Amino acid sequence: MAVDAIEVVKPGLATTVQDLGRPGFYHLGIPLSGAMDQFALAAANMLVGNEPGAAGLEAVFMGPELLFRADATVAVCGAELPPKVDGAPMETWTSFAVKAGQVLSFDYLKAGARGYIAVSGGIDVPVVLGSRSTYPLGGLGGFEGRALAAGDKLSTGVGAAARAGRKLPAELWRGPGAAPVELRMLPGLYWHRVTEASGARFLSDTWKVAPEADRIGYRFRGGSPLEYVPREQPFGAGSDPSNIVDACYPYGSIQVPGGTEPIVLHRDAVSGGGYMMVGTVISADMDLIGQLQPHMPVKFVEVDMAGALAARKARADMLGRVAAHLA
Amino acid sequence: MSEQIVAPLPGTFYRKPAPDAAPFKSEGDDVAVGDVIGLIEVMKNFHEVKAEKAGKITAFHLENEDAVMAGQPIATLD
Repeated sequence: MAVDAIEVVKPGLATTVQDLGRPGFYHLGIPLSGAMDQFALAAANMLVGNEPGAAGLEAVFMGPELLFRADATVAVCGAELPPKVDGAPMETWTSFAVKAGQVLSFDYLKAGARGYIAVSGGIDVPVVLGSRSTYPLGGLGGFEGRALAAGDKLSTGVGAAARAGRKLPAELWRGPGAAPVELRMLPGLYWHRVTEASGARFLSDTWKVAPEADRIGYRFRGGSPLEYVPREQPFGAGSDPSNIVDACYPYGSIQVPGGTEPIVLHRDAVSGGGYMMVGTVISADMDLIGQLQPHMPVKFVEVDMAGALAARKARADMLGRVAAHLA
Repeated sequence: MSEQIVAPLPGTFYRKPAPDAAPFKSEGDDVAVGDVIGLIEVMKNFHEVKAEKAGKITAFHLENEDAVMAGQPIATLD
């Protein structure tokens, strides 16, 4: 364990401490939180010798500048956010050494959206409701419940550091791939409220990530507005046809306020409300959303439950191959 | 020796502080270190893009409301 092992020189845009999240409290309105790209955080942790669920840093669009006060092994996975140690370029998806007194900084983002920085021993912040993840809206978890700021000092936990130079081959990197990115979804929930022609257009249109997309939800625009099966709005639902009687919002669910711009709820989402949802992005593809940049073209692709479960297994198998490669 | 001002972030680029306002800077304008030359909107926030070197703007490479990628040149300074 190293107290104040890392000093934040520049925080980046919105760098937060994240682990694999805080499941089990969504029914009380406390979201999952945790890394948006869980695969990348787990891979980075395994590269430095941590448990896959150790807390690391999630840096979005722009890397922080960190001064290390203790020796550590570091790895950066997910976005192509090229790390530098005292200005010398390092590779992503590869473990490297940072010595006490050295500065970890980053070049401009080349691809993807979120880089996951794992440090041997993990980032040691208090465990809140079973997780070290930051939920900034609720001021909960992470480092003082907020994104990092200049001058913050982070401690690291106990753990044997893996050696530098461990590398994952490109076939074990996971990312959204070439545009248009395909997000697989299981239509359902309130899908029956949309006409057949409108549902078909939803799936054939190309959408673009809106710049306001964040950890709460990823908004998309550019496709056709939804058309609804006519009905008399039930008691308790708002007057707009996109309104429903308030209901639970699953993680990954696709709500379409006003029928115009779909929002996929992500790790810091609200847990319920009155917008109809046309279905749910499958769990295997939630990691990919965390790597989407603004304006990136996206298509929603329909799968059935068997397809969703097969994709979940394929993702888990791939993470298993990462672990086997580093064993 | 010309210098580029590049976007530090991806998002939507704005050349002016408000829809009905004049642009922060135009081609031919002098800039000092720290002058704001535009805004990038991402994740519900607007981030100022500042000149890190002084000089004269010889070209803008983005229009108002263009999509921008991190590292993309915004303007050339002479």
